[in-house]
Amino acid sequence: MKSVMVYCEVENQKVADISQELLSAGKRLAQKLGCPLEAMVFGSSLNGIENQIAPFGVDRLFIGNSMRLEPYRTLPHAALASSVLKEEDPQIVLFGATSVGRDLAPRLASVLNCGLTADCTILDIGDHFVKKEKKEYKDLLYAIRPAFGGSIMANIINWDMHPQMATVREGVMKKEIFEEHYSTEIVEVDVNAILKDEDFVVKIIDRQIKESGVNLKDAPIIVAGGYGVGSKDNFDLLVELAQLLGGEVGGSRAAVDAGFIEHNRQIGQTGTTVRPKLYIAAGISGAIQHTAGMQDASMIISINNDPDAPINKIADYVINGDIAVVVPKMIKYYKQNAK
Amino acid sequence: MKSLKIVVLAKQVPDTRHVGPDAMKPDGTVNRGKLATVFNPDDLHALELALNLKDRIPGTEITILTMGPPKAADIIREGYYRGVDFGVMISDRRFGGADTLATSYTLAKGIEKLAPFDLILGGRQAIDGDTAQVGPQCADKLNLPQVTYVEEVLEINDTEIIVRRRLEKGIEIVSAPFPCLMTVHGSSPNCRSRHAKNVMKYKYARSKTELRSEDEFMIDLHTKRPHLTIPEWSVEDIEADLNKIGLSGSPTKVKSVENIILTASEAKLLNDSDADIEMMIKELIEHHTIG
Repeated sequence: MKSVMVYCEVENQKVADISQELLSAGKRLAQKLGCPLEAMVFGSSLNGIENQIAPFGVDRLFIGNSMRLEPYRTLPHAALASSVLKEEDPQIVLFGATSVGRDLAPRLASVLNCGLTADCTILDIGDHFVKKEKKEYKDLLYAIRPAFGGSIMANIINWDMHPQMATVREGVMKKEIFEEHYSTEIVEVDVNAILKDEDFVVKIIDRQIKESGVNLKDAPIIVAGGYGVGSKDNFDLLVELAQLLGGEVGGSRAAVDAGFIEHNRQIGQTGTTVRPKLYIAAGISGAIQHTAGMQDASMIISINNDPDAPINKIADYVINGDIAVVVPKMIKYYKQNAK
Repeated sequence: MKSLKIVVLAKQVPDTRHVGPDAMKPDGTVNRGKLATVFNPDDLHALELALNLKDRIPGTEITILTMGPPKAADIIREGYYRGVDFGVMISDRRFGGADTLATSYTLAKGIEKLAPFDLILGGRQAIDGDTAQVGPQCADKLNLPQVTYVEEVLEINDTEIIVRRRLEKGIEIVSAPFPCLMTVHGSSPNCRSRHAKNVMKYKYARSKTELRSEDEFMIDLHTKRPHLTIPEWSVEDIEADLNKIGLSGSPTKVKSVENIILTASEAKLLNDSDADIEMMIKELIEHHTIG
């Protein structure tokens, strides 16, 4: 059947933010295609879980409810998802680019023998003419992502091996309620009929999960550093500035790789996508993988000693200078002028 | 405990950390010739995890497997220098243009040829695409359980391996039976450096393709010491289905690529003078952006 399907992650009766974002993205695609939006969710004690899913405009929800399904393990979830996907045959399937989604989606793509595009930043619908076949394929998924060194955006399509699958990072798609009391058809998945003992050979012995104290997504002000910050000491200046302004500190991938800042503070395509009121980019050159994750900031200040840094093109203020000189002055004049 | 047979999957990747503007061909594919190549960083972590198990369990054998152009023989030599026992390349023009699905099919066919094995290890992802797909896809093709994002092996015995996984929001300790496939996270220990003894022993290791352009001394040496010749498996060697490899086995295609031109806004250009910075801070406070 023609439909768009979203795999929803759930833990302790809470549907993940990323999954709700994907439901909104999926609804927009389904509306363009004029087809239903479907979702699947597998976990334990899921009574009432539809209340967190239906309002995003989900027409049909597949629920697999069993103690054995939480916490997530690859094989049982893959078995259930592939069973639902084979039965429903949706044309598009979306997953979060999370620890779970990046573990599950490729395994499913192999089971279903279909294509999977990772870390998309734009999803759209369009056509494609295949020269070799002299045939126009209508209504394909355009899975668009920054690629290769960040100088290009690649539009990835898949016209002959369905379904078309894609993963998206958290924060990239906007979550919006479609209709508070949207009516959803609920389909119970017969978990015990599908799962076999060998789906449980990997055993979880212990698990320590904590919500990270870092909340970049909701921070109104972000001070982010790149490789150009040059040292951990200079990074401490950024931390001081962020604290003073009531913001969070972030970094580019290069800064994370250089060990200036922890991984969970990475901003960009493979990190967090942010939309703060103010984004201060210090020593960040501005590869597309980075700007993809911050270009919607209301105001951008770039501090860089390279006047031609690409990020300067999207900045509102460009300060040509060294971090070690500029940031202490910003701290000083903020203290002097703030009320 | 009994010794293990480990296969390490490794990829030679363009060094995407240093990409010039001429690195893309007009059709949107990578112009690999224009780029320096490196041992994919996460795969080095996988190699270290394998070497560590070899240290712990006497008799353990490591085979490094790579798929790529003739130049990827560098990966095999690097593996030897750091302590692997065998190296095999899957190399054939017909494998070219593969996406992750076709790649995992090809690797799985190669791995099957290396059977029996206890453990398949690979990096979590490769820096040229960051997809993290090939590991789980190989596991499915081989019908093996998978454990992704492995950081450390905590315990190992004849029937199971217990590891710590690094997740976005924490850790998980899991056990898996043999055989299984694991992908290794970049937060695991860095790979040991080359061992001088191994470098001496394997510096003349060459693939058959490379041997064609070598002199008599080298050819003679390889006749005397056959272990120096790196096997190069073709489509026929691994009995691969032509419809499942290369471009024709790849469902995902690049429709178009667009160069990114950042739209210039009217930026205020400042320098690091006190006057400029104070002016900016005052404006930000005035507009309630900060303060």
